[in-house]
Amino acid sequence: MTALSWPLPRPARRAAFGQIVLNEARLARRQPASLIGGAIVPLVLLVIFGLIPAFRQPAANLGGLTPLDVYVPILIVMSLALLTLFGLPMPLTSYRELGVLRRLSTTPVPPSWLLAAQGVVQLCLALAGIVILLVTSVAVYGTQAPKSPGALMLSIALTAAALFPMGLLIASVAKTATGASVIGRLAFFPMIFFAGLWWPRELMPGVLQGVSGYTPLGAAVEAMQASMQGQFPPAAPLLVLAAYALVFGFLAKRFFRWE
Amino acid sequence: MSIAQRTADPRRDVRAGPAGRPAVEVAHLRKTYRELVAVDDVSFAVAEGEIFGILGPNGAGKTTTVECAIGLRTPDAGTIRLLGLDPRADRDEVHEVVGVQLQASAFPARLRVGEILDMYRSFYSDPADIGELTEVLGLAGKLKDYYKSLSGGQRQRLSVALALIGRPKIAVLDEMTTGLDPQARRDAWVLIEGIRARGVTVVLVTHFMEEAERLCDRVALIDGGRIVALDTPAALAARARGGKTVRFMPSGPFDDQLLTGLAEVTRVEREGQHVTVTGTGELVSTVILALATAGVTARDVRLDSSSLEDAFVKLTGNHLDHEQGETS
Repeated sequence: MTALSWPLPRPARRAAFGQIVLNEARLARRQPASLIGGAIVPLVLLVIFGLIPAFRQPAANLGGLTPLDVYVPILIVMSLALLTLFGLPMPLTSYRELGVLRRLSTTPVPPSWLLAAQGVVQLCLALAGIVILLVTSVAVYGTQAPKSPGALMLSIALTAAALFPMGLLIASVAKTATGASVIGRLAFFPMIFFAGLWWPRELMPGVLQGVSGYTPLGAAVEAMQASMQGQFPPAAPLLVLAAYALVFGFLAKRFFRWE
Repeated sequence: MSIAQRTADPRRDVRAGPAGRPAVEVAHLRKTYRELVAVDDVSFAVAEGEIFGILGPNGAGKTTTVECAIGLRTPDAGTIRLLGLDPRADRDEVHEVVGVQLQASAFPARLRVGEILDMYRSFYSDPADIGELTEVLGLAGKLKDYYKSLSGGQRQRLSVALALIGRPKIAVLDEMTTGLDPQARRDAWVLIEGIRARGVTVVLVTHFMEEAERLCDRVALIDGGRIVALDTPAALAARARGGKTVRFMPSGPFDDQLLTGLAEVTRVEREGQHVTVTGTGELVSTVILALATAGVTARDVRLDSSSLEDAFVKLTGNHLDHEQGETS
């Protein structure tokens, strides 16, 4: 089996899908690398930034927002990126290495279910991480609450849709779990730079800011920041995210290997 | 007519099962990987309730044959039927009735044995009882253990448990005893006999002659991607036993022709100070006598035969009867 297929679970076997998700959730708890990266690291960064008094003062060069306000969407994007670029491909690659996927393809359950179960677990972790991050930042540090929650959810969904197939593509290119983590890092650091982790987009020179808008994480932060401030996100970042989702979705479907 | 041609007819030698049809039918199977022909014109049929062995050296095409048979690989040519079903077209039905133990498959280190079993159990519509299965396989006390803490033999038994958990009609076991010590291997044999006693057809891939001899009703001997012989183990073993091996250290130099000229000797090999002679008949005495005429004595003489393993088990304790009692 070489092509990616998404057969819908038959009602009789929903129990099987539940069992796979359950075991993936257990593994995520027992090997908490992605739990830590996706949910705890962004929260720790938020707490550290929150301890800096200057980060809680509105700044003129940020359009009256506090640096903390600017960082909340960046940390949300970071959580999503860590879970999809590391949390997803590393177990999948190791399952292929160990023969777990091959073994599964000799049962009535297709191996694509394991992939779907991974997606469910990573998405749940991401959503939990995002909710905790938002609640903490608003309740403890008084950052702005998302003024347009619907637009924020759409932005998050599109970001996940763009990043998920990138994670699958990493799992396709990498031969081992170690290789997957190396490729994940090579993809993550430039992308998170353009998201503004070290240098918020608002402060980037014009050219860099323009480039950032065309990178997946830059576009994601742009869309989420607009949603936080109550505007429906401009079309440009949403279209950029949708384009990444389509292109990488196609590439992942084309190149994903079960063996 | 070559042996391969004689055995090419898949229907030859097949005793019809209760349903009157073979459990496994493979006809003219061919599979190539780029230029390498892995399997070429392999045909055989396995009757229901039979233990059928696929025997051959590493790289002979055994695993490719069974991987095609269970639908993991697409053959280039040939037809395969499992209980009348096509493993690729009728994928779902085939996977319900065929249990597989793959040569190289591991499980996530941090899952517990019971969790893996529960998950695989949920895949099948009429699964076996975990308590009973793990009792038979000696894993009953291991349900709470992490996979990574299992020994090699325990992992193999878990792998067999997973092959049987869907109550399959056919069990395909690929090299299930490779890497096990002789005692664990004998335990596995008792287990396979137990599986057959439940009416399951067993296809057993192995490279141990002794294993095939002990377990299989019939054996297909594969070499270079082709079936070179297909017969009962007794008949095959008689052919295989035609060759014996004597290994020794000569007391002084001698010419190989001294031995190759003997009617009993088929081959002479040297490895360091040791000489290995392959041949038939009264090989040991003939070789020692011939060496003596040249003034050479043979030291450290060893006759290679599978009885060394038997001796090992006798010396390390007789668990066989005990295990038999558990599985019957």
